[in-house]
Amino acid sequence: MTVSRFRTIIYIVAAIVSLAGLADATYLSVQALTGETLGCGGSPDCFKVLGSSYARVAGIPVASFGVLAYFSVFTFATFAVFGYARARIFLILTIGAMFLATLWFLYVQAFLLHAYCRYCLFSAATTFLLAGLVIALPPGRDESVS
Amino acid sequence: MKRYLPFVIVAVVALATIGSGAMLYRAKRPQVLSIPANKMLGKGETQSAHIRGNPDAPVTLEEYGDFQCPPCGMFAIFLGQLEKEYDSRVRVVFRNFPLTMHEHAREAALAAEAAGLQGHFWEMHDVLYREQGTWSKTPNVRELFESYAGMIGLDLDKFRKDMDGDTARARVEADRQRGLSLGINITPTLFINNQPLDPKDKNPDGIRAEINAALAKKSQT
Repeated sequence: MTVSRFRTIIYIVAAIVSLAGLADATYLSVQALTGETLGCGGSPDCFKVLGSSYARVAGIPVASFGVLAYFSVFTFATFAVFGYARARIFLILTIGAMFLATLWFLYVQAFLLHAYCRYCLFSAATTFLLAGLVIALPPGRDESVS
Repeated sequence: MKRYLPFVIVAVVALATIGSGAMLYRAKRPQVLSIPANKMLGKGETQSAHIRGNPDAPVTLEEYGDFQCPPCGMFAIFLGQLEKEYDSRVRVVFRNFPLTMHEHAREAALAAEAAGLQGHFWEMHDVLYREQGTWSKTPNVRELFESYAGMIGLDLDKFRKDMDGDTARARVEADRQRGLSLGINITPTLFINNQPLDPKDKNPDGIRAEINAALAKKSQT
């Protein structure tokens, strides 16, 4: 397998994985905007996390930023598949920022709230997977689209 | 064509995300009607009842409930079905009647009233009943109520203040006194168009029969 082909496969996998994160973040955003509580049914930890002040920034649900982030990853990965060289840089930067944000949210859940929410853990797993894919990207420049 | 393909794929995913988000939002948004002040049952701030459904419905189902009472929790599930079944023909009125034997019932009633002061009584009502099995056994129940308030989207500082405030306490107490004056000592106690429901009819079939009878009576007048 050529390096170029391997990179393309990684971009495709990243795009697919980001769709799973996008679905999760969209669901959480809608849940936060409607005040719907059914999704947490029976899990006090889920309520503690999603009902905490850390779940919103200036009144905006943090899940909405997740929607933006995962959509950006999907966009950059898709463009990278088609050989847009800059997309790779943006993809790495976005996933790096998401990785740092995920570390912060895991810290909040573990040490400040002492509770975990399953949707947030799914999102964390998705971001870690994306970070792993980015790390696995072979170094060097992509072939550019003219 | 290949040049435009990534744009097309991204646009399709964007539209699919927005579309599915909008559909989910429509499906999940609360269906609580805002009731005009002149349609409230009682008069004065501490007397105002919580009403859900068509304000002009021919049948009013009034419940004196305790958020920690298990039969009230089961009734709340049935009530949801009734509201769908009878739609605009039945309106539901809730009044607090926290029983002293239930450790957190009063605090739950205060949480519901505090949410009501921000216009979200029914959302808190629903989550308190749905999560009854969880918070009833929790020692620090206040923390959970605050997280419910956070998920509903309430202003948490105001919610905390209101839970300790006089208005919520007065509303709970007014409902309780009203219930005591009617001789209520168990929950849920139900009234259909101001007529107390016979305890033997306090089951799905009995309640439906009483509502149907009230509807028939209204249509005759």
